[in-house]
Amino acid sequence: MSDHDYRPKSKVGQWFNDRLPLLTLANHLTDYPTPKNLNYWWTFGGILTFCLITQIITGLTLAMHYIAHADMAFESVEHIMRDVNYGWLIRYIHANGASMFFLAVYIHIFRSLFYGSYKSPREIIWIIGIIIYLLMMAAAFMGYVLPWGQMSFWGATVITNLFSAIPLVGEGIVTWLWGGYSVDNPTLTRFFTLHYLIPFLILGLVILHIWALHVPGNNNPVGIDIKKPSKDTVPFHPYIVIKDGFALLMFMIVFAFFVFYAPNILGHADNYIEANPMVTPAHIVPEWYLLPFYAILRSVPDKLLGVVAMLSAILILAVLPWLDTSKIRSAVFRPLYKQFYWILVADVLILGYMGAMPAEGLYLLIARVATAYYFLHFLVILPVLGFKEKTLPIPLSITEPVLGGSPNLAAARSKESKIE
Amino acid sequence: MKNLYKLFSIITIIIVSNSYSFAAEKVEYLKTDWSFKGLFGKFDRASLQRGYQVYTEVCASCHSMKYLSYRNLAEKGGPEFSEVQAKAIAASFDVTDGPNSDGEMFTRPGKLSDKFVMPYENVKAAQAANGGAYPPDMSVLVKARGGGVDYIYSLLQGYEEAPSNVSLDDGVYYNKYMYGNKIRMAAPLSEGLVEYGDGTSATVEQMSKDITTFLMWSAEPHLEARHQMGFKAIVYLIILTTLVYFSMKKIWSRVKSEV
Amino acid sequence: MSEKKTKRRDFLFTATTAVGAVGAAAAVWPMVDQMNPDASVKALASTEVDVSSLKPGNTITVLWRGKPVFIRRRTKEEIEEARSVKMEDLIHPEKDEDRAKNPEWLVMLGVCTHLGCVPLNDKGDYKGWFCPCHGSHYDTSGRIRKGPAPLNMEVPKYEFVNANTIKIG
Repeated sequence: MSDHDYRPKSKVGQWFNDRLPLLTLANHLTDYPTPKNLNYWWTFGGILTFCLITQIITGLTLAMHYIAHADMAFESVEHIMRDVNYGWLIRYIHANGASMFFLAVYIHIFRSLFYGSYKSPREIIWIIGIIIYLLMMAAAFMGYVLPWGQMSFWGATVITNLFSAIPLVGEGIVTWLWGGYSVDNPTLTRFFTLHYLIPFLILGLVILHIWALHVPGNNNPVGIDIKKPSKDTVPFHPYIVIKDGFALLMFMIVFAFFVFYAPNILGHADNYIEANPMVTPAHIVPEWYLLPFYAILRSVPDKLLGVVAMLSAILILAVLPWLDTSKIRSAVFRPLYKQFYWILVADVLILGYMGAMPAEGLYLLIARVATAYYFLHFLVILPVLGFKEKTLPIPLSITEPVLGGSPNLAAARSKESKIE
Repeated sequence: MKNLYKLFSIITIIIVSNSYSFAAEKVEYLKTDWSFKGLFGKFDRASLQRGYQVYTEVCASCHSMKYLSYRNLAEKGGPEFSEVQAKAIAASFDVTDGPNSDGEMFTRPGKLSDKFVMPYENVKAAQAANGGAYPPDMSVLVKARGGGVDYIYSLLQGYEEAPSNVSLDDGVYYNKYMYGNKIRMAAPLSEGLVEYGDGTSATVEQMSKDITTFLMWSAEPHLEARHQMGFKAIVYLIILTTLVYFSMKKIWSRVKSEV
Repeated sequence: MSEKKTKRRDFLFTATTAVGAVGAAAAVWPMVDQMNPDASVKALASTEVDVSSLKPGNTITVLWRGKPVFIRRRTKEEIEEARSVKMEDLIHPEKDEDRAKNPEWLVMLGVCTHLGCVPLNDKGDYKGWFCPCHGSHYDTSGRIRKGPAPLNMEVPKYEFVNANTIKIG
């Protein structure tokens, strides 16, 4: 953050800033040079920050009323929904907020995949991002257990049982996780504790994520390095702030629709039945945002290998910067990669859909093909593509294509201005 | 781009065809016009009050509603009985309280702050009295069933003679809409089973609608407040979004002119 | 940039900021209000107490809204003493007639008005109550006479449902 000198105007400001350079930090954040050609796919970083803060605030307020006890959890949630002032509002924001959080994070991740934001010199930003994503899944899963409905209970049972696939120590680990011989009160209280902790870990990682981002600066739709500050950049405030703000408000309209008019549509009806260790619901499905991984898990007919496949599907992303051998970042200049990118998008959507269907017959077959393709994309297609692909000519600066660069980019630019 | 459209159309076809094949296996639920659906949906008070009557006179002998209190009956957005009526309703139930200074439990007339009196002491007692089947608590029942209100509404009217290829055990009944068609509850409603105070004729259809409306309210007591606040919130967000949009245009116009 | 243009833009920005601020404030309220007493707490407003077995000169303590309520059946001497005090001698002047409608029965919140401790019965310089926390002395009408407490102990809303039962709240 020593990329520019800043000195507060007031004496008091100088005195304070010499001791703790908060004002320098604030100045860095407002003046931070940002590529001016960022499109709306880049607004999801800000939207995700909003999601995290919303989840923390609503979560804290819910924790003031929630009782983490197997006998009282379900009732305390009903108490929140019925008696606590605005309790229904806060809970529905929190529950739907999880879904909105994942919606935003998936767009954020796929934006990065399209524009090659994970490539050098941004590998650390990307890896921190993957850790955040893993923690989000952990937080979401444990949060889903807290209402202690049927899906909470059986979701917890199934997911914790994944660890039993580990040879030799698996059973011991599961018992340790449960604090007993089945999912019960000790499990609930520890899940509550961890569910409370994780968001703050995420917050810390988000700060690192942004810190690491501010070292090289943002990637951009053209994917080339830009000089900063220059005529290719704008200061973060007010340009990016207002643009992020606009996108955030659009996002909030969708969010509000779910909270006020379809608050339970993303949930599962069975979770309004109190947990019953004697009866499993007919059809167990995780929340929608975990479905693709669930499909991968089920498509492998071996217990251990299924778990390994599911974990690998996530962890493979962490080594993505080294699997993708192409020097070109943006898919705009990679005609072949662009096609494979969209196939991957479709593949993940298909996996998600198969995760919601019963694992039998045609569904299982499609899920298996889709799983195989998922790994093929990262392990074979991407490494080979970097050597074989004939890329399009790259402009020297982001202002160049406007003056007449490659036709592809001009098309991209005109589309972008339409969105604006 | 072309590829993208192709892919999405393929996905759409897969999904649509699948949901069709799924829908074909399912029975179509009976439909009725629910006043609480839609952006401005509100409960029909008279229907809620009748629904409460059906609950107490018919369902309450087996089904508990443990998350409701008598005060809820007088609260805004619900059946909105007057406070006097709600107090009278509460007082008509014997509530176990205590222990008193002698350490004994005792019964007293219900108060507004009391929870709905349960038909059985506990789940085991309920099972014992119902041939092993637990009549589920009805507080959040419509939210706990995939088909929601339409499912409950249909189920109550879905009792039929079992087809000849289906054999039923004692105490098991055939219902068109029940998952697996076998249900442990005998048809609870019959023409004229309750006598409505407001003169509405108590057909099975009418009672089904009233009790389902009541159950929707009991599961979502703040539904009306939610709809009202939602409309305000979304209108507000649209106004602010518009303002921010024009502010953004203004701010970014500085950059565009410099390029 | 002309001055007119600047003004219009300023107005747009001001309006946007103002509308945004209103929304933010409205969004904060539910998060604040959720800490207020909820509907089930508010509903537990009243408690009925059977006082038939209480003898003169004795006090019972009952819980109402999470706080102790003293119900004292006063002796003749106590009543006399409470009623004979001159208003000028009181820190917080209140007539005993207003505090105990039925002179035999004194019903009040057993909470010291200093910092909320529960005073002890039959203690202190005025034969009433004495708060052990910081030494406030109350008389036989529960009025503050000496010490840091600023007010008399509060008399809640109550009524005799019948000769033996007091309903508080």
